Amino acid sequence: MKFLHDLFQKNEHMFLKGGKLEKFYPLYEAQESFLFTPKNVTNTRVHVRDSLDSKRLMSMVIVALVPCILYGAYNVGLQMAKAAGDPTDNIAGLFGSGFLQILPIIIVSYAAGGVWEVLFAVLRRHEINEGFLVTGILFPLTCPPDIPLWQVAVGISFGVVIGKEIFGGTGMNVLNPALTARAFLYFSYPQQISGDLVWVAVDGYSAATPLSAAAATATGASTTEALAGAGYSMSNMFWGAIPGSIGETSAFACLIGAVILIACGVGSWRIMASTLGGAAVTAALLQAFAGPDALGMLSMTPWEHLVAGGLMFGAVFMATDPVSAARTTTGQWVYGFLIGFITILIRTWNPAYPEGVMLAILFMNIFAPLIDHQVVQANVKRRLSRAT
Amino acid sequence: MIAEYVNIAMKAIFIENILLSLFLGMCSFLACSKKIDTAFGLGLAVVFVLTVTAPVNWLINHFLLRDGALAWAGAWGATVDLSFLQFICYIAVIAAMVQLVEMVLDKFFPPLYTALGIFLPLIAVNCAILGTSLQMGTKGYDFGETCVYGLSSGIGWALAIVGMASIRTKLQYSNLPAGLRGLGVTMIITGLMAIGFMTFIGIKL
Repeated sequence: MKFLHDLFQKNEHMFLKGGKLEKFYPLYEAQESFLFTPKNVTNTRVHVRDSLDSKRLMSMVIVALVPCILYGAYNVGLQMAKAAGDPTDNIAGLFGSGFLQILPIIIVSYAAGGVWEVLFAVLRRHEINEGFLVTGILFPLTCPPDIPLWQVAVGISFGVVIGKEIFGGTGMNVLNPALTARAFLYFSYPQQISGDLVWVAVDGYSAATPLSAAAATATGASTTEALAGAGYSMSNMFWGAIPGSIGETSAFACLIGAVILIACGVGSWRIMASTLGGAAVTAALLQAFAGPDALGMLSMTPWEHLVAGGLMFGAVFMATDPVSAARTTTGQWVYGFLIGFITILIRTWNPAYPEGVMLAILFMNIFAPLIDHQVVQANVKRRLSRAT
Repeated sequence: MIAEYVNIAMKAIFIENILLSLFLGMCSFLACSKKIDTAFGLGLAVVFVLTVTAPVNWLINHFLLRDGALAWAGAWGATVDLSFLQFICYIAVIAAMVQLVEMVLDKFFPPLYTALGIFLPLIAVNCAILGTSLQMGTKGYDFGETCVYGLSSGIGWALAIVGMASIRTKLQYSNLPAGLRGLGVTMIITGLMAIGFMTFIGIKL
């Protein structure tokens, strides 16, 4: 550590104003603040005293993602072995083969997105923010395991540039950059990111995810039976040994992440609770009011909805993005509830998309500023009426 | 019956949002979405104009203009086709309604009247309005359906412009690249909003 610190000290002058490598100061600054505590301290009056700066906040999200990443790696390996008919009892071996499958995706995502991030930081003279480290890992976790690497690069480039940098960088974007990237790929290259062929990293191997199996339920039949027929039960959807996007399959791993985020005060428990609550209430109502000859999907129970697909991952890691979510307390309840509501609506009624979390969150990202505005205005009105 | 109306309303507001899926009425959408209050006012004006003009135009088309519409006046009427007058009649109705809105706003809401400026009379040539009147014909709606369709495409338009205004209010604190400030970034946000609205494409109620 001492050696590294000296190295940084010795070369700092080259990056400062007037130095030879002045243009690359953001790169230097990023490396330094990544490795050491930032040395510039507030020298005017301090308004908020908190050890939680944006660097630490973003780092905590990555810590919270670790269970999802590790389980995702294991699960990708497990699904590959199952598809190939290999024995599945060597956990370390499965983890290794899965990890080798997802590592290139993560590396490409960080490298391609990182190039844009650094380019913008250098040209626009802003700092490289740790927020990118979160976007760069969230995006691959929402991708299917055999996504072509060039698409990862194209997607993350769109997410970082159009989703974030043109608005001025971290903290100013309107939509969640990782989801923007995912939605861009989803609409541009639907073949490689949806359907039954992509969820297991073995060529030509077809596996329906729980939601597409449930969506295929015949009119009047029960989804529980359709799921059981495709080999899905509550327990394997909860623990996550099922085909799906890399990081989303295990509701349990997402819940560990949720506990970490809430305990550290990084993620909003209100958004998580209201998203899951909104989905559960909507699903329960639909189930209660569905007649005997209604769409098969309407018979899916709330708890099946909660553990299937990406709802848990979206509610914990995507909806809670502090920049694109609603910021007022009341607003967060409304925002989350509507995400859950729209998710279930899409899952049930939209034959084009088996999963709806990603689009529901994007849609509510658009209206989050409006929700906040209404809440603030209502508050102003209430206080004014009290004052007079 | 009711289900049919709800279906049309959902379709006009979310699935085929006149602004974010058909991209009609862009000019006032881009120009008047800086402040939420102005956007809301313009949105209401458009809702009103659409709710009135779509049914009125439907009546005009149904009883006067379309091929054989004049059959009620006698046997000669069945051979007359005045549909080449559709555009000019529709626009005349729309312009009259806009005049009415303008006078009402000028009288009762002067601040909103000044804030909207030239874009208020320009509603008359807003393609969202004429577009709705023309769409009701191609979609073959009857009178009741046209009323619902006019109202809900207005609501869809208002929803989009108010959403845009709230995003632009938030962007006031952002450090946008110089070349993108103003219209540039608004265009890009419109595209991103359209991606958001693609959520509903394909829903059949």
